[in-house]
This record gives sequence, C-alpha cells and structure tokens, in this order.
Amino acid sequence: MSRKILIAAMAGVLAAGAAQAGDVRIACYSDGNECEATEVLAARFMAQNSDIKIIIDKQPFKSIQENLPVQLAAGQGPDIARTTDFGPVAKYMLDLTPYLKDPKYWEASFGPVLNWMRKDSSDHGIYGLMTQLTISAPLVNKTLFDQAGVPVPKAGATWDDWAAAVKKVSVATKLNAGMAWDRSGARFAGPSISMGAKYFAADGSPAVVDDGFKTAASKYVAWSQDGTVDRDVWVAAGGGYRDAFAEFANGKIAMYLSGSWQLTRLEKQIGDGFEWVVASAPCGVGGCTGMPGGAGFVAFKNTKNPKDVAKFLDFLADEKVYAEWMVMTNNVPAHTALQKQSLPYKLSPAGNAAITAFGANAALLTPLAYKLQGDPMSRPIFGAVADRISAVMAGQMTLDQAYARITADVADAVAATKK
Amino acid sequence: MVKLVAALYAALMNLPERPMKWAQSQLSGGRLGWVFVGPNLAIFAIFTFLPIAFDLHYALTGGTQLLPGDRPYVGAENFASLLDCTDHFDPNSCRRDLFWHGIWNTLAFVGLQVGLMLFFSLLTAIVLNGRIIGRSFFRAAFFYPVLLSPVVVALIWKWILQREGLLNAAMEGVGATPVNWLLDGNWAFFWSVFVSIWAHMGFYTLILLAGLQSIPAEINEASQMDATRPFRHFTRITLPLLMPNVLVVLVLGLIRAVQIFDEVYVLTGGGPGSATTFVVQYIYKTGFADQVRQYGLAAAASLLLASVLLVLTLIQMKGQGGGKQRG
Repeated sequence: MSRKILIAAMAGVLAAGAAQAGDVRIACYSDGNECEATEVLAARFMAQNSDIKIIIDKQPFKSIQENLPVQLAAGQGPDIARTTDFGPVAKYMLDLTPYLKDPKYWEASFGPVLNWMRKDSSDHGIYGLMTQLTISAPLVNKTLFDQAGVPVPKAGATWDDWAAAVKKVSVATKLNAGMAWDRSGARFAGPSISMGAKYFAADGSPAVVDDGFKTAASKYVAWSQDGTVDRDVWVAAGGGYRDAFAEFANGKIAMYLSGSWQLTRLEKQIGDGFEWVVASAPCGVGGCTGMPGGAGFVAFKNTKNPKDVAKFLDFLADEKVYAEWMVMTNNVPAHTALQKQSLPYKLSPAGNAAITAFGANAALLTPLAYKLQGDPMSRPIFGAVADRISAVMAGQMTLDQAYARITADVADAVAATKK
Repeated sequence: MVKLVAALYAALMNLPERPMKWAQSQLSGGRLGWVFVGPNLAIFAIFTFLPIAFDLHYALTGGTQLLPGDRPYVGAENFASLLDCTDHFDPNSCRRDLFWHGIWNTLAFVGLQVGLMLFFSLLTAIVLNGRIIGRSFFRAAFFYPVLLSPVVVALIWKWILQREGLLNAAMEGVGATPVNWLLDGNWAFFWSVFVSIWAHMGFYTLILLAGLQSIPAEINEASQMDATRPFRHFTRITLPLLMPNVLVVLVLGLIRAVQIFDEVYVLTGGGPGSATTFVVQYIYKTGFADQVRQYGLAAAASLLLASVLLVLTLIQMKGQGGGKQRG
C-alpha cells in the first residue's frame, strides 16, 4: 500500500516537473496596457504552441525595478522581465542569438536599440526585444494657451521661448506653474543636451557637469523659483521617479515634459477634457532633442526553457505581430521598418496627431541622446541629477554644491561597479 | 470510540517518555535543558544571528555583487566612508551627506517625537483615567489609529496635507491662504512628527493607563485625606509610581522612533530634498533603491543603527532590573 502511495507521489512530482518544462514566466509592468496586450498575443501563441505555457505576472514598475536584480542574484527570477533598467540585470541576461529563428532579422529590425541591452561595444549578443520606443517631448494644453491668447511656440523655438510662453499662460490663467517635468534625470537630460551638455569626456567616461549642464541646471532651478516650473513635482517627492501626469491631466500646467508612453493615459484620462498636442522638442546650442528610451522584454540565463523563451520573443518580434502589438498599446515601434510605416492606431484625432508628432521628434534625437540612454552608467547619472537638483530646489544646497555632489555620486557609482 | 481516541491520545502523550528517560540518564545536571532550548536556539540562530553575521560580512565587503562569496573584502572602508566628515554637524561637509542628513534628522525626530508623545500620552492617560463622560468611547478612539497600517496612516494624511488636500481646502473655505505643507522642509518635518504621534500615541497611552490603574486606591485616598494639592500629588505620588511604565514607554518609543521609515516614506518620500530622510530610509535607498546598489554601505549603516538600538535596549533592561529590585 505504502509503495503504491510512494509511486503515485513520485509520478505526481514528475508530472509537475513535466508541466513546468514548457512554462515561460514573464514579470511584466504596464505603462498603459502593455501586459494586457501581451496576454492577448500570448494566448494566440499558446494556441499555436500547445506545449508552451506563457504565464504573465503583472507587477508594479517599482517592484520590478527594485526586486528583479535581487531575485536574479538568488537564482529565483522569471524567464523574461519587462524593464527599462538593463544595467543592473545585464550579467543575468541570456544571449538569445543561438535560439532565434533569424538573428539577422533582429539585427536589421531592432539594431539601434539592441545596443541598449549590450554590455559594451564588443558585445554583439541579442538579449531581448524592445516593447516600444519612447521619445520624450513636450505635451501641451492648447486650450490653456488659447485661453491666455499665447501662441504655442513652433518647432525651432528655444527653451527660453517656451519658458516665457508658459509663464505668460500661467499668469493669464492663474496656474500655480507654467510647466512641469517628470522628476527624472532622463527627462532632464533632453533639455540639458539641447542646451549643450555633453555628459561624457573624450575618453567616453561619464563627465556630467560641464557648461551646457550648468546652463540647464541653473535655468531649471531659476524657473522653479519664479513659478515657470512646478517645483512640487521634483521637491516634494524626496527621491525616486515621480511623474506630473496628474498635474497635466487636471489642467494645472500648460506644458508637460514627458513622453510617448503616456499616450494611452492621455487618450483615456483627458479625452475631450481639453485640447492637447505634442510639440516639437525645444532647442538650444546642442540641438532640439528629447531622450529615447523604452522598456524591453529581456530573457534571463536562469530559464530552464531558453528555446521556448526565444520562440515566444521570435513570435512577438515578427513584423506583423509586432505592428499589431504597437497598435494595441499605442506605442511607437522600435522596429526600424515599422517606424517608416503609418500604423493603423485606433486613436482619436489628437492621439493620431500625437503619434505623428512623436515620430517627428524621433528624427530630432541626437546621437548623444542615444549614447547616454544606452550607457551602463546612465541610471546612476539620472538618479544623481534628479536627487541633487531637487535638493537645490528645496534650498538645501547651492548649485555649485550640487555639481560637486553629482560628480562625486557618479564617480562613487563607477567605483562601486568596478570592485 | 471516545475510549479509543482517549487511548490513542494517551499513547501519543507517552511517546516521549522513553527517549526522555534515556536522555535524563545520559545527560547529567543542567545539560538536559539544552535539549529543550535547542530547537528554539536553532531558530534564533538561523533568523537572528545568521543575518547579523551576513550583515557584518556585507559591511566588511564592497562592490555591487549580491552573493556573499562574490564580494571583495574592503575592511572598515564602508564605515570610514560613512564617518568621513570635515564637520559632523554640517552634513554637506560629509562624504556621505545623505547619511548624515539622516542621522541628524533622526536625532531631531527622536527628541521631538518621543518627548511630545510621552507628554501627550501621559496627559491622555490621566484624562482617560478620570471619571469623564464617554470614557470607554474615548479610550477606543485614541487606540484606533494603532490598528491602522502605517501605509494607510501615511496615505490618509497625504490626502489631507497635499497641495490640493483637505486641509488646504478647509483653509481656503475660511478665507485663509493655502500652505504647501509637504513642500516646505520645516512643515514636512513637523507633519512627520505629528502623524507619527497620532498613529502611535494610543498604544503608549494604554501602557500608561494600565500603570495609573495599578496604583493602589488607598494611596490616592490617603493623599486626598492629607489635602495634597493635585500637582504635588502628581509629582510626588503618581509619577514615581508610574515610573516603570514611563520607562517602558520611553524606551519602546525611542526604539520605534529610531527605526522610523514606513509612515514618513509614504507621506513625504524623505523630501522635500532630504528634510525628512531618516537613517533607515538611507539604508533602504543605498541597498535596494539606488541604481548602483551598495549593499556594503547599507550594511555598515545598519550596524551603526543597530549599535544605537543595542544601547537603548540595554538601558531598558537595566531600568527594568532596577524596578524589580525596588519592588
């Protein structure tokens, strides 16, 4: 009797193991509806591949950001995760090249953004699939501009032109502030590069503080003091990322520096509440650039099913499926061929105009913006910039002290990663 | 059936008899005690001492690697880095300025929060110990916030205090100018202290109330018969007899205040700037939230914090020991 029970138990264990053999577990967060859209496509994939089971664990962005590196270090991570922060998980990422159906297709279609997941220029691996290409750009409450009788600055306008315009709007319409930028060093990077910041020394090492950076930082702080910029977004947060979407959606600011990933929220939450448009990135001596970015599905070495993982990502990367995915999520494709096509987004006229405007902004992105986004030290740089400039805005240190701290913070992060 | 169950139960209860008799014959003196405390000690070792050992290992190693074996030994470098200051009273002169902002903020918070909480808890306990109308209701009302999760407490107060929150709406309603409560460093700090007192005062009030109720009635009656003035009665009779409870409140409050994190993190995020960043938030940020995670630095900071807590615990133990001797 006991032998029968033992055999039955062993069979159960083996059966459970067999069931797990084809499981692909994905840790996913959504900017809009990315996880839900992936579920739809995963269901289709599973219908075509009955031996593979895709399990999508929806998690908050912060949870993935903070816990994923620890999970992976402990050998407990998912097979795939959607993340924007490739640096901390780089050493756990799986090179999918040997498992992909056609790596050359991946190189041709996603070449520029594949570098963001690579460790350095000598690395030619394919570690994942970008689920979007994001472009930061100004979102404008045109209704407020119209009410104030102030024209929206045209393409080619400088940051000073924009600051003057939004200030006029805020005074005329009695707003607390004219514009807000997400509390993020990445968001600050676009304007600062436009104002001449270089971020890197000639040898390629991080050198954040230069004349261009100082110009941007001093202007931003001054704008926060005279009500041009909403200092609440940067100061009250204390630390970490904070977006200013609520301020924009509630008509509290005339211009919001954010990006294309907000499109679904803009469509859903603003609707016809007011007229909003995406403007061209403001200019300076360094160009008229925003920042590229985006999240990607990256695969990990700890997976027991690398072939299944690659098969699913191959399925998503297929031009037709990827196009459908972008339409479902209202995202700008990271697929180079699709970027040249007009995708049939199911958006309002404002949404369609926004997608077109984001596309036009993509053409303005400078090589430095791409380099900064893909650099392994970009996240420590962004973190230091946001924290230290916030401290200046809160009156806790001077700009000169902040510059010294940003330099020291980045040097400290570089030293820690080299140990 | 009942007999069968009873027999089975008795057999089950007698199972340890033989091995215990054998153990008694083999282990003389007090050694048998170790057999009983062994499992408990093992759990304590795994969940308390082992993490402390790991913490020490991380504090003495550097880099960003998570696995202990991968981390290079750096000696006291992390401690030296944390303590490296030109002027310890000026965090901006320190290499780890955020750590020192955290230290000074924590000290200010502990001083204010514990002092004020002790005062208001005592005051509330005395009032609730008197014969007032609705005494049971007020006792429950003061204890209610203790039942709430710290995150819920912080979110409730955030909705009240934010720029377009309830408090500013009320102020606008009566014609006053709204205040950015969480944008000004001093106000943010004040509200951190206030919210923390609001959330925890009920618990400490309960401890003090229990102490007040344990004071023998005849002592109070004797004092009344002697026509002792209320203030003198409080300072000469109530307070000395309440001192063991006050000490418990003081030490528990101190430990809780030094560990402050959750409520303030949700309420202010440590801001504006670093005005409400406390040591535990620095540890969390350095070890788990920063893009480059410096576990060694976080572990060193946590050991420094642990040493402060150890001193506070020793004070409590000494205080309790003293109380027993007096009793």
